[in-house]
Amino acid sequence: MKRVYVNEEWCLGCHLCEYNCAFANSGLSSMVKALKGKPIYPRIHVEGDERISFAVSCRHCTDPICVKSCISGALSKRDGAVCIDRNKCVGCFTCVLVCPYGALAQSENGTMQKCELCLENSCGEPACVKGCPNGAIVYEERQPV
Amino acid sequence: MKQYIIIGNGIAAAGCIEGIRSVDKDCAVTVISAENRPVYCRPLISYYLEGKTDLERMKYRPDDFYEKNGCTVLYGKKAEKIDPVNMSVLLDDGDVLSCDSVCVAAGSSPFIPEINGLDSVRSRFSFMTEDDALALEKAVSKDSDVLIIGAGLIGLKCAEGLSGRVASITVCDLADRVLSSILDSDCAALMQSHLEKNGISFLLGDSVSGFDGGTALMKSGKSINFDVLVLAVGVRANISLVKDAGGETNRGIIVDGSMKTSLPGIYAAGDCAEGIDISCGQRKVLAILPNAYMQGKCAGVNMAGGSEVFDKGIPMNSIGFFGLHAMTAGSCFTGKDGVGLYEERDGGSVKRLYTKDGLLTGFVLIGRSERAGIYTSLIREKIPLDLIDFEILKKTAALSAFSPESRRKKLGGVV
Repeated sequence: MKRVYVNEEWCLGCHLCEYNCAFANSGLSSMVKALKGKPIYPRIHVEGDERISFAVSCRHCTDPICVKSCISGALSKRDGAVCIDRNKCVGCFTCVLVCPYGALAQSENGTMQKCELCLENSCGEPACVKGCPNGAIVYEERQPV
Repeated sequence: MKQYIIIGNGIAAAGCIEGIRSVDKDCAVTVISAENRPVYCRPLISYYLEGKTDLERMKYRPDDFYEKNGCTVLYGKKAEKIDPVNMSVLLDDGDVLSCDSVCVAAGSSPFIPEINGLDSVRSRFSFMTEDDALALEKAVSKDSDVLIIGAGLIGLKCAEGLSGRVASITVCDLADRVLSSILDSDCAALMQSHLEKNGISFLLGDSVSGFDGGTALMKSGKSINFDVLVLAVGVRANISLVKDAGGETNRGIIVDGSMKTSLPGIYAAGDCAEGIDISCGQRKVLAILPNAYMQGKCAGVNMAGGSEVFDKGIPMNSIGFFGLHAMTAGSCFTGKDGVGLYEERDGGSVKRLYTKDGLLTGFVLIGRSERAGIYTSLIREKIPLDLIDFEILKKTAALSAFSPESRRKKLGGVV
């Protein structure tokens, strides 16, 4: 399956992916309305320092520990992608406790959120990838090593 | 066609079903379910009382789970005895089911202490199952004074769930602090003060010497009047099926890394099983949901002829009360030789990382849970700290603490 991969050599640390992600998942048609003057809740996060930066989002693990650990049955695998049913999530943070990549975080309403590859929103393809100005984030099929 | 029996219908059983089916699509799987309902999320019963979820959403798997996985579920039935020689299970209705392999996923039972006059308490509950939660919900009203015995994870989640639905909640515990199984006195004090701010009263370092109807007489000489009593003093692993069959047991049913008990063909998983806590190397019953699922799945794979090892069991808890979250993982060897401690704290939050022999062995995070799984993975995977930049990692749980090569694998490959 296609996943989001990052190449840290090309990442500019511009954080545009975070804004594009938050906007794509806001359900709103105007970026200004969605983001301006508000705390944003992206599902991808740029980390690093002045030397190196890179974006981190859900790895859609082959054998995801978040799914196995979820106490509410909210996390599941659908066609290879790790999805969250936020209607079932109670915001217990167990997924945050176990994800080795730090890829889940709390959303505006207290439930957890994570990258779902923009499959569930109107973007249709990962907004972080589409908007990355330097091609540092790609959406493609790679084989396990 | 092979026949498998799973005793129990909780999370470990669900894991076992999924484990079996990942290897063998055709075998017959029978699930013996004492409770009259499909697998549900037991840790959510306090969230149910709080109104954050409902019975429908508490279902652990979709309604067609058993059907899709070709399982026969015997609801309302209990396993009385396992015959390890003839490989069969005797049910409480007298039926004998024979099989090729059994997984005991029988969970645990609330421990009911012997206290004088306990029988004189009319409104008395445990807090473990959905039935417990529904019965408790029925028993309380806006005017109820509730006494909870036990300031552990179960007792305090029950307190949070009932808060706002009753007149008062008092929690007592023999221990001198809350959450004594996972927090030291310092961290416990922080949690306690937060709980008190939210209206929960405590009587710690004290225990009930006797009950007289709606009055609890404490050892300290105090007396407390209550309408509803919740007993949350602890649980005991359900080990008797394996113990009576001659299998090795301790606090739990002894299992190896493939979830085999000492009896051939008999596996155990979840809250009834006792495996290794790799953060300290000791045998423990790790009664937490993630371990139940992973052990169940491992047992299922191996029962069906596959090969899986579960050798990453550690205690870990993420527990929040009224918006303040505490996360703990691994073993914190406070005060012992060779243990390193990194600590950050301010008024309402704590971060403590414990290291030993060049490994992260445990942590406590209160009010700062961001990306904690990066720390947990270091404990589970036993990653030597000299392979990462621990100075960065101490301050922030971040992948930038790892080498570029390791990051390339994590972020650029299929994991």
